[in-house]
Amino acid sequence: MNQMLFRFAEEAPEFSTGGAMQEWAWLILVVPFVAVAGIVFFGKRMKYQGAELAVGMMAFVFVYGLILWIQTMTDHVVYQNSIVIARVSDTLVFEWGWVVDGLSSMMYFLVGTVGLLVFIYAVGYMRGDVRYTWFFASFSLFAGAMLVLVAAPNLAQLIVGWELVGVASYLLISHYWEEKENSSAGMKAFFTNKVADVGLIIGAIALSGAVGSFRIDDILDAATHGDGSMNAPLFGSTVAIAGALLLFFGAMGKSAQFPLHIWLPDAMAGPTPVSALMHAATMVTAGIYLMARMFPLYQTMAQDARPWMIGIGAATLALTGLLALVQDDIKKVLAYSTVSQLGYMMTAVAAGGYTAGLFHLFTHGFFKALLFLGAGSVIHSVHSNNMSDMGGLRKSMPVTFWTFVIGSGALAGIFPLSGFFSKDEILATFSHEGYALVLSIGIAGAFVTAFYMTRTVALTFFGTYKGEGHPHESERLMTVPLIVLAVLAAVAGFVNWPGVFTGFTEWVGTVAFAPLGDYHPESLDLALAATGMGAALLGIAAGWLLYGKDKDTQQARDRFWIPGLYHAFEAKYWLDDVALGLVGVVKGPLARFVDWTNTNLIDAVVNAVGISTRWLGQLVYGAFDQGGIDHAIDAAAAGTGAAGGALQKLQTGRIQQYAGAFVVGAVVLVVGFVIFTN
Amino acid sequence: MTLAPILVLAAALFSMGIYGLLARRNAVMVLLAVELMLNAVNINLVAFEAAIRDSLATGQIFAIFVITVAAAEVGIGLAIVLMIFRNRHSANLDDFATMSG
Amino acid sequence: MDWFDSGWGLSLIVFLPLVGALLVGLAPKANENVVKQIALLTTVVVAVLSVVAAFQFDYASSADFQLGTDLSWIPSIGSNYHIGIDGISLPLLVLSAAVTVLAIVYSWNHWEEPKNPKAFLILILLLETGMNGTFVALDLVLFFIFFELVLLPMYFMIGIWGDKSPRMVKVGRFELETETRLYASIKFFLFTLFGSAFMLLSFLALSFEAGTFDIPALIDLGSGGAFTGTFGQLVFAGMFLGFAVKVPMWPLHTWLPDAHTAAPTVGSVLLAAILLKLGSYGFIRIALPILPEQARAWAPVIAVLAAIGIIYGSLACLAQTDMKRLIAFSSVGHMGFVMLGIASLTDVGINAAIIGMVAHGVITGMLFFLAGSMHHRYHTRDMARLGGNMKLMPKMGAILAFIAMASLGLPGLAGFWGEFWSLIGAYNPLNGLNVSLFRGTMVAGAIGTVLTAGYMLWMLQRVNLGEPSAEWEGHDLPDADRFELVAWAPLLVATVAIGVFPRIITDATNGAVVELVAKAFGS
Repeated sequence: MNQMLFRFAEEAPEFSTGGAMQEWAWLILVVPFVAVAGIVFFGKRMKYQGAELAVGMMAFVFVYGLILWIQTMTDHVVYQNSIVIARVSDTLVFEWGWVVDGLSSMMYFLVGTVGLLVFIYAVGYMRGDVRYTWFFASFSLFAGAMLVLVAAPNLAQLIVGWELVGVASYLLISHYWEEKENSSAGMKAFFTNKVADVGLIIGAIALSGAVGSFRIDDILDAATHGDGSMNAPLFGSTVAIAGALLLFFGAMGKSAQFPLHIWLPDAMAGPTPVSALMHAATMVTAGIYLMARMFPLYQTMAQDARPWMIGIGAATLALTGLLALVQDDIKKVLAYSTVSQLGYMMTAVAAGGYTAGLFHLFTHGFFKALLFLGAGSVIHSVHSNNMSDMGGLRKSMPVTFWTFVIGSGALAGIFPLSGFFSKDEILATFSHEGYALVLSIGIAGAFVTAFYMTRTVALTFFGTYKGEGHPHESERLMTVPLIVLAVLAAVAGFVNWPGVFTGFTEWVGTVAFAPLGDYHPESLDLALAATGMGAALLGIAAGWLLYGKDKDTQQARDRFWIPGLYHAFEAKYWLDDVALGLVGVVKGPLARFVDWTNTNLIDAVVNAVGISTRWLGQLVYGAFDQGGIDHAIDAAAAGTGAAGGALQKLQTGRIQQYAGAFVVGAVVLVVGFVIFTN
Repeated sequence: MTLAPILVLAAALFSMGIYGLLARRNAVMVLLAVELMLNAVNINLVAFEAAIRDSLATGQIFAIFVITVAAAEVGIGLAIVLMIFRNRHSANLDDFATMSG
Repeated sequence: MDWFDSGWGLSLIVFLPLVGALLVGLAPKANENVVKQIALLTTVVVAVLSVVAAFQFDYASSADFQLGTDLSWIPSIGSNYHIGIDGISLPLLVLSAAVTVLAIVYSWNHWEEPKNPKAFLILILLLETGMNGTFVALDLVLFFIFFELVLLPMYFMIGIWGDKSPRMVKVGRFELETETRLYASIKFFLFTLFGSAFMLLSFLALSFEAGTFDIPALIDLGSGGAFTGTFGQLVFAGMFLGFAVKVPMWPLHTWLPDAHTAAPTVGSVLLAAILLKLGSYGFIRIALPILPEQARAWAPVIAVLAAIGIIYGSLACLAQTDMKRLIAFSSVGHMGFVMLGIASLTDVGINAAIIGMVAHGVITGMLFFLAGSMHHRYHTRDMARLGGNMKLMPKMGAILAFIAMASLGLPGLAGFWGEFWSLIGAYNPLNGLNVSLFRGTMVAGAIGTVLTAGYMLWMLQRVNLGEPSAEWEGHDLPDADRFELVAWAPLLVATVAIGVFPRIITDATNGAVVELVAKAFGS
């Protein structure tokens, strides 16, 4: 128990400090790593090859997370505790610790729920895999690392969890490392994240250097009071803003913000359950979590960092959603959609919508996991990732179909599914805080989201089957998680229905650290809700019009301007003109331009930097190290050798020559003596 | 008595010795040339001693030293030359450049 | 345990290997097992004694020199047999004693041509005396003798058991055809000797000025400001050369890749794990506290060289095709972090340096074990020909992946704390140092971590992943055997333990480091 907590308790007496459950909450962090060790060392000898350990671990996390959630909801528990792991000066201390408050127990609950379902699904999905045991070890590490990150009461532990998440994702993305493509995708993810991590590390060092502590409560305390314990005026100082922006840079990597999102679509090289967990509960939510955790910092001391964050978030939201329009790989559609949803969350948190961003993170966790698992079920059945190999699956895979539709509806923001509430709250935040441009981008984003999800559903489940073999519904081990997730995706929105029930707002507002400052739990704005919903419905309509009928190949239908198709639309609605014109510009040149920049500019820069670094390495090594420094060393040795060789010739072995030299020397000495003594 | 003629004699002897040392090929002749040089030195020692009337007779004592050393040197030198001649059947110094580097 | 605390314990730790070397020398050459058992027993006893020392050590006063003795040794020059350990030397002493045991266990069935276990083990034992002695010596003459003693066994190890491939040394029109082992061993020896010659001059100069070789006495004098002006600068410069070659710091590092690559496996391990630390230990033990004023003046130079070393080493790694040479170059980068920490002259930075030294010893030692074992099986270190190792030897591949992650500074494993803390140190260097310059070096260091991740992952991709080349079909490629696993397990456990609970190092070091900084640079 620390002083900060007591101080906080005085200011806000309605918060409870927790009991035994909170004191033992460190088990949530330790159990996954024990499971990892158990799977690595004994997994192969177990009945289910280690999967039972992994699933059992996730079940434990789920149950514990649920209990903590309920206690936090009812008692407003705020608890944190730490053990010292190193003292490196008189004052600087490093600790492992765990925080149990609204924000962290929301994440425990999310990781536990989604994790458990995805793990159970993976038992079926991964059956017969070449590295089944290894997969569950890495998967458990992935979840455990995320929990370490979430529980962190100090930035050092956060960095530890942060990078462990990165390395676990590397292991999982390059799971099928026999193909170089896959291991390269893993490297790309790790490397992009590592670049961002540098920002996080420097930012953390800068902030805690100014405040004198790595503890988040100390930093936020300094932030909200506008001073540091060491340096007096930190408010608005360069250090504070630079540090805050560097933290944000770190978050851009993990949460795939433009232009650091490039790793995420490639990360689809991993098995589908990995994508589901990565996109829903672990990894990409880390950046949003960090921004939410440090929220008071961005509200006070480092306010000037916010425009940058909103800009990046809005750019992510606007640019990446469009990319989903032209993808054939079903997982890539979902990947780009995740990136764009992360843009929503980041922009919301940056704009001051603490609850809104976290709410969307919460609901998105359920429906995105659902969508990925549904996609996995389809892929498992047709043995292809490409939607051009699918079609008409609604008959053969009814459970997958219906759950996928619910997920898509939630993602598109259709009332009363969960995405509607969270997206609406984000839009309300933009409106309330007066970001008109961002608001319009957000509404356009809702349209785009609905459009590409409709396209995906239509291409996958409607029309005629174009693949090989006979697709069939997946086994129960996989469909049950789908159904549970579908229920959650449908109802998760009700935890925060402005005006009716606002439990979520209170819940995530119960935080262990400094007060949250200026943030607004929004009220339901009917006009805005109608606009958002309208945009989504418009998107669905447009998508259905283009892709709903199975007249043509998908590639042909992607080219909407084919006159026949265009006229067919024109004949039905005159509104379609506007919509299709808009979609045309967006989906044709613009989307392809963005796709082009994605591969040819941003990706190319990354590749160029990689290649030129290697070239530079070669140059430094060849020209300077081997040619320069080493050369000089060799030259010194060679010079000594050559001098010896030259002098060797004097050694003739003829004694009379030596005598002659001796005489000459004597004469020279005598003559010299005579000359110089006179 | 003037010193000069004696020094001239010694110098002449010494020069002959140097010539012999450098020019003769036969090892025995080289040894003899060395003897010649030593004796030239002896003459100088005795002559200078007489010239400065040294009461301690340093010059003569040194001359005797030199003679002793010369005797030892010739003894060992001739023995070496003998051994070389037995092994190599030659006393020509040019044949013995085995120390060449 | 009075006998232990009064200096006998440390003396045994230092000289028992020497006795062991004698016994090995007396043992019959034909009976290989007896030879191995004597060597193993000796090193195990030494390791146990070092652990006992760690338990006898009083952590509450880790700044004091403990468990030592001070006997008259060479009165004519005022040099004493003064030994003792404080919190800074303790972890390194234990590391040195432990790694030697592992080296002998590993050697059990790995002999490089021309085998001759007897001679090889004698050299290892001699080396251990030198290494342990350096860490306990508290007298400059004693320190210098032990410091130099390690050179000889390592020279012979590289020169006799090293890489026998031919090597052409070309400088302009001059060409020299030699063997890699000869070239590398001579380069190693000469380079180090060059540095230590200047170091000896500095030691002598200090003694003439102060009248003693005693390190604690010199520290008291030095922190009182006894050594100043040109004299102090020259003395520091000499020490700098001596220690910097050993570390090695850019641009004095070119001996290292050659020596590491050419050395036999156990030689590389000991070289990386312990020998490199002698240099950085010298900076902390001798150069900084005795010459604080000069250390302040030199700190920016050291920091910049360290930062260059980090970037440079990583870039050079990217250009390598030889796995062992890549690992060797990675040492340049990692020791750069150690030196960056030292250069910050703060308690955080010096703590970082010590934990970085221990971590580098454990991790890079392990990497060299792996490189050796893989070369033993594949008979090549060319990464273009390797690949799919994970499939051919799953255990070894997994260990390689794990330890490569540790080497790139993954949090939760040993390598992270050293890098992280030295960045903290460089961000906030000692008051009065040029802050913007140090922050520049910090950014360079941080970029270095990215490059490190790059080359380590690239190495993993080339060596571990992908399909194995057809070349290895039908080859007998056994996975890690039990001697290897026994030798490696402690290193792997230490990697995790230090990473999860760095206290096991900092509880010893922090008190000593805080005291050192307060005494030398205290405001």
